[in-house]
Parts: sequence; structure tokens; C-alpha cells
Amino acid sequence: MTRLIHWLALALALITVGLGIAVYKHRVLGYPLHSENIESTWTVQARMQITPGSGPIKATLKLPTTTPGMGQLRENFISRGYGLTVQDAATTREAVWTVRRATQRQSLYYQGVFYRDAINQRFLPRPTFPEVPSLEEPFQTAMLATVEEVRRQSADIASFTTSLLGRINSSAPTEEMALFLNSPDYRGQRVRIARVILAGARIPSVQVNGFHLADASRTQPVRWLAVHNQREWLFFDPATGQMGMPENFLVWWVGEDPPIDVDGATLVDLIWSIRRNELAALDLAEQRSAIHAGWLAPFSLFRLPVQAQSVYAVLMLVPVGAFIMILMRNVVGLPSFGTFMPVLIALAFRETGLFAGLLMFTIVVAVGLSLRFYLAKLHLLLVPRLTAVLIIVVFLMVLLSLASHSLGWEVGLSVGLFPMVILAMIIERMSIVWEERGPSDALKESMGSALIAALAFLVMTLPLIQHLAFVFPELMLVVLGLTILMGRYSGYRLNELIRFRVLARSSP
Amino acid sequence: MIRRYRELKKRGVLGLNARNACYIMPHNPRRYYPLVDNKVLCKRRLQENSVAAPELLGEITSQYEAGHLSRKLAELDEFVIKPASGAGGDGILVATGRYEDRVWHGSGGRLLSLADIEYHVSGILAGMYSLGGQVDTAMIESLIHTDQRLREIAPEGVPDIRVILYRGIPVMAMTRLPTRRSSGKANLHQGAIGAGVELTSGRTLRAVMSSRLVDLHPDTRCNVVGFQLPDWTTLLAIAARCYEAIPLGYMGIDLVIDQDHGPLVLEMNARPGLAIQIANDDGLGHRLAAVDRLDSPETLSSEQRLDKGLALAEANWGR
Repeated sequence: MTRLIHWLALALALITVGLGIAVYKHRVLGYPLHSENIESTWTVQARMQITPGSGPIKATLKLPTTTPGMGQLRENFISRGYGLTVQDAATTREAVWTVRRATQRQSLYYQGVFYRDAINQRFLPRPTFPEVPSLEEPFQTAMLATVEEVRRQSADIASFTTSLLGRINSSAPTEEMALFLNSPDYRGQRVRIARVILAGARIPSVQVNGFHLADASRTQPVRWLAVHNQREWLFFDPATGQMGMPENFLVWWVGEDPPIDVDGATLVDLIWSIRRNELAALDLAEQRSAIHAGWLAPFSLFRLPVQAQSVYAVLMLVPVGAFIMILMRNVVGLPSFGTFMPVLIALAFRETGLFAGLLMFTIVVAVGLSLRFYLAKLHLLLVPRLTAVLIIVVFLMVLLSLASHSLGWEVGLSVGLFPMVILAMIIERMSIVWEERGPSDALKESMGSALIAALAFLVMTLPLIQHLAFVFPELMLVVLGLTILMGRYSGYRLNELIRFRVLARSSP
Repeated sequence: MIRRYRELKKRGVLGLNARNACYIMPHNPRRYYPLVDNKVLCKRRLQENSVAAPELLGEITSQYEAGHLSRKLAELDEFVIKPASGAGGDGILVATGRYEDRVWHGSGGRLLSLADIEYHVSGILAGMYSLGGQVDTAMIESLIHTDQRLREIAPEGVPDIRVILYRGIPVMAMTRLPTRRSSGKANLHQGAIGAGVELTSGRTLRAVMSSRLVDLHPDTRCNVVGFQLPDWTTLLAIAARCYEAIPLGYMGIDLVIDQDHGPLVLEMNARPGLAIQIANDDGLGHRLAAVDRLDSPETLSSEQRLDKGLALAEANWGR
């Protein structure tokens, strides 16, 4: 009984772990189930043109750090002759270019490649409550009046903000709002007006600057408003008052300061451009797993050199083929030569294709078999006889290749990789079965082998199976678990239902 | 299909998977396999336990010895050469009498020259007939002269009696009758007749040939059903004694009845086939379960085990 539990627990544990890892990799890290899946990445470039002054130059550019919903693939700095340091802090990140003396107008570049990463929802930490700002009159009164009015018409912080933005954008603003909108300090600065009034209500908020990711050769950062409701950050489009961060919005920096600060030179131009690129979903998933699931990375087959990868791409299919073998033998009850021979034949079919492979298998085995019967008459010892059969097999394959080549039928050429030793063994084994138990048994076994091989081949060449086996090697644990489950299958085989039919019919 | 599955289950029919998983794996320790898979070792073991078996006339273990076969065979008029680790009756060569010097009569009216025999032996030694193709030994055994009383239902070849022993208790038996189609071999795959034998009486119950029910022997048109096997109690007693020689929990004992030596154990099988169920028109499942209900039958003497088995058969295996 304990053995039974042990067996079941082991099998189920293997299946659960394998499936669990695979589902995690697919759902969370975005490993695709199809190899053709493509995801977008965006290259955002900031190009600064500066005209140097007489002294040393220091240019500081804010870099993206907190980008909820986005991840960064890589970044490049291009700045000939400048010293570069990147200053990392908890929520800010800056590139600082410095040079002691520059003579001519120069361009500094920053490029970042970004991709969608739903797992990353990191933004600023929880803020403290702001003090009610003290403005000069009549702004102070206008602010307090607006706070009072909006508060009356809203239920919570989210609706407060929406309602406030509605007032700011209104075509017929209230008197108090008009005061703000027409003042030179606030004109066209919807986010600043909103933040002042939000601060009047002691609601923490920040200005968020970023880009809607879409191809653009010249674009400007967009301002968004982020409000904290004591649980999470809420994002608002200041132009419409709509809540929620749109898809493909890249937060670049936070705050009202400009993104760039140049000392000792004049900033002539700052050009932002965005370019969309396509990248196989698989590469992106690899990237994501390197960031979020470092423990998984060492187990990825993509870390192997390309040559080894192609070997393992085939090797990972062997368990699948072997499992089909189990089903065919223990559940269906097909006879076959040897235990794994059909799987090996199936691997050989990969080189030739199914139809050509089966044809060659038949021709080589048939001709080899008849020659082997001729050799049997000469009374050769076993090992020399086997070797003779092997040599004949090699000859046959050369002849087949030459014949198919002259016919312009190129498949025949790949037969060279067909495992000839296996063919030779099959011929030998078949001839013994033929002599001892008659042709029907020999044909049955070879047909069984060919059938299992063909089935295994068909399954092993499904693009889905090939992809899954390579990208999700942990599914091998599932195959192992199923194999262990099958190891105690004690039900009838399909062929036994036919074999024992007499017993089923004459039931008392 | 599913109905037939249930029907078979209900009748206690044992499938290959169930036989392997539920009976062979737990009851047959692997260390005893060489003793049954190698017929020379098996014979020795039987001898030590004074169970009668066909006499071993010689052993050939190397190609060098194969060259000197003529000396070993010089005085023998009739003999059988078989691989020590053969399976399914493959690789057996029979010489039934001397034709002239260095030439013997083979089975099926063939003549066997010394060269033919040497070739066959070297094939055996190279592992042509052994499981997995390992190097093997060829054994020369005395020829069995089948008891005349069996000739009525088996005019040709060597008919044998297979008894399934579960934990030392005989649970099912059948006799295998060679036909012309099986070319004298007692192998059901090749077209021999399998006739179930009632354990209590030793009478054949019904006969099956290639999964079809038959009453008459196809070669002689003699009735093979309801035939009383001679020496039945001795046969069963010898079979039960085999468990003392090699304590495999689930095995098949193949016996023959020799005209001069009486019942002999031809070989033992650690993975006996399941066709015996068709020949007996009954599943093994219920019988094996009945034995499992006994209190450690392994500790009993062979006579007691035989009695238990017969008592269970009398009681229709507790059904």
C-alpha cells in the first residue's frame, strides 16, 4: 500500500512540478506556446545638441527608472569625447556627461529599448501628505474655494481628481478656475493647477512625464498626473480627466523639472524619437525571466551554444517518442523489434521525411533480408554474417542515394544519416524470427516497428511538440510522471481484447 | 470495446500488463531468473532437489569445442541440441537417429550433416537465440520418447504439459499438442493445439488452436477433448516440487512424459504466457486471488501445497 502511495505521489509530484513551471513560464514570463509569436519593442532616443561655452560642460539627463508596465531591454549612450557617469538613486536615475573643454557644437545621444512587461508595476514609494500651500491672494482664496466645491461634489480621491480635471478643462470655467488659467504662472499648465489644488486638499500627487509609444521621428514628452489614494498610485490624463495608464505608455521621469540640465553650454535642441521594432516573443521572455526569475535562467537551453542547441532540440524529443512507444506497446500491444528501435527509426525519419523514410526502410530491409538468406546458406559465423549484412546495407544506401540523385530526387541523399547499424540489426533479427517462427511473425514485428516509428515521427515533428519540448524542458518531468504512471498500468492491452475475445463471449 | 473490457475483467482474465505488474514483479525475485533462463543451471538445480529432468549429455561453451563436436556426438544416435538461454523454443535441433557416419535424421525428414550441426551450434554460441543476444552455451540433451499413451492425441512431436504454479500452488494446467502446422513444436504461436486440463482429474477440457476452439486434432481427426492424461497425480506432484528447487512465486512448469523415464521437467518459465486461459476457458485472476487468501502457502511442503491447490480447485476457487 505504501508503495502504491509512493508511486502515485511521485508521479503526481513530477507532473505538477513540470506543469507548474511551464505554466509559470508561459503566463508570467510570457514564454510563447508557438514559435512564431512576435512582440513589439520600442527604441526611444533622446538627442541633445549643445553649443559649448568657454568652460567645462556638464549635461544631466534624467533616465527612466520607474516604468510601470514596461521593462528595459538595454540602453546605449553615444557621446564622443565626454566622460559619462550614471547616477542611480532609489527613484531617480541620471546620466551625467562631462567634458573639460569642447569647441564645436555636439550631439549627445541616449537610446533605450523598452518592452511590455506586465509584471513590473513598480512606481514611486508611498508619499507623505503635502502641506496646504500658501499662495498669494487672490489665488489662496480661489484654491480653497475650489477645494471646497470639488470636495462637495466627489466621493473619494479618484472622483475628486476626475472632477477637478473636468473643471480645469471645462469650456466655461468657474471664476476661481479662470483666475488660475489666465495667470502667466499657470497658463497651459493643467497638471500644475491640478497639483496645487490637490495639495490644497492635502492629496499627494506628482507630475509624470513620458511618451505614448508609437513610431515618431520627432515627439515631445506628455505630462500625466499621478495621484496617491493611500493605497496605490492612480494615473490621470490631464487633458480628458480619464483615469488609468494607457497601454504602451512609457514613464520617463517624474516631477516638474525639465529632463535635461546643461551647465556651461547652451542646449540648442532636444529631440525625442521613437521607433518600433519586432522581436521574437521568445527572446523577450528570456529577457524577462533573466530579470524576474533568475533561478530559472541556468536551466534554459538557449544558454547553450547554437550547435549544442540543435542537438538538444532533437534529444528533447526522444522522451516524447519513447512515451508513444510505451502507449503503443503497453496499451495497444503492438509488437516491435527491441524496445527503443522504433524511436531510433523515427529519429532517422526526421532526416529523410516519412514517406521516403518508410520506402527506404522497406527497400533496404527487403533487399538486405533476401541477401541475408543467401548468406545463411554459406554457413557464416554470426559476427562476420552481421558485418556482411551491415556492409550490404551501406552499399544499398549508397545505391539508393545515387539512384535518387540521378532521378533528381534529393531526399535520397539524406539517407546517409539513417542509422545503418540499426537497419542491419533489424535485418538480422527479422531473419531469425522469420526462420524460427515463420514469415507472419517477422512481418508482424517489422510492421509494428514501422507503425510505431511512423507514429512517433509524426508526433515528434509536430511544430508545437518541438517548440514545447525545447522551450519548456520541464515538460519532460511531466512525461516522466506519465511514464511512471504507465509503469503500473495493469489493464488489458487493446490487442488482448481481441486475443481473449473467446473468453468474453462464453461468459457464464 | 469497453463492454468486452468489463466482461474480461469480470471473468478474471489476466492481461500481460497485470501479469507483469501484479504477479511477476512482486513474486519473482530477479536473482532467480538466471536459474530458469539458463536451462543448464535449471537442470542442475532440479537434480539437486531430485526432480526428474531429461539427461544432460554434454555442454558446449566455446567455438573451439564446437569444432570437436564429432567426438561428443560420435556415440550418440539420437539427441537434442538447444541453446541454454533460448526462448520460445527457438534454436532447437533434434536428431532422431543415425543415417550414416556423421549424418543423422533430423525433424521433418531432413538429414543433418555434422557441418549443419556445427553451424547451428556456433550460431547458438554467438547468442543468436539468446535473449538480448549474449554469448550462450549449447547443451546436448537426451531425446525424449513421448509416452505411447499420448500418441492418441499427439501423433507427432513432443507434447508437453504446462502447469502454472502460483506461490507453490498449482492453479492452472494445459497440454500443448504439436501439429503438422507447428512443424512438431509444442508452441501455440506456431499453430500447436492448447488443451486446458482440469486440475482435479487431469482430463482435457477444451482445445484451442490459433485462438479458435477445436475438438479434433487437425492431422488425425482424433478427439482431443475429454482425454485423460496419464500419470496426472505424479505430474502435478513433480510440478509442485519444482517450487522447492527454484522459489519463483509465479512460474510455468513444462513437463513431458517419457516412455522410459516417466514424467520429466523439461523447463521452467518465469514469464509463462497467458494463452492457457483461453485453453481453460477461465481467467487466472480468480484462482490467483484464491491462493492469495491462503495463509503463507510458501511455508508448506510440496504435498501440502498440492493438496491445497486441489482443494481450491474442488471448491471452484472460492467462487
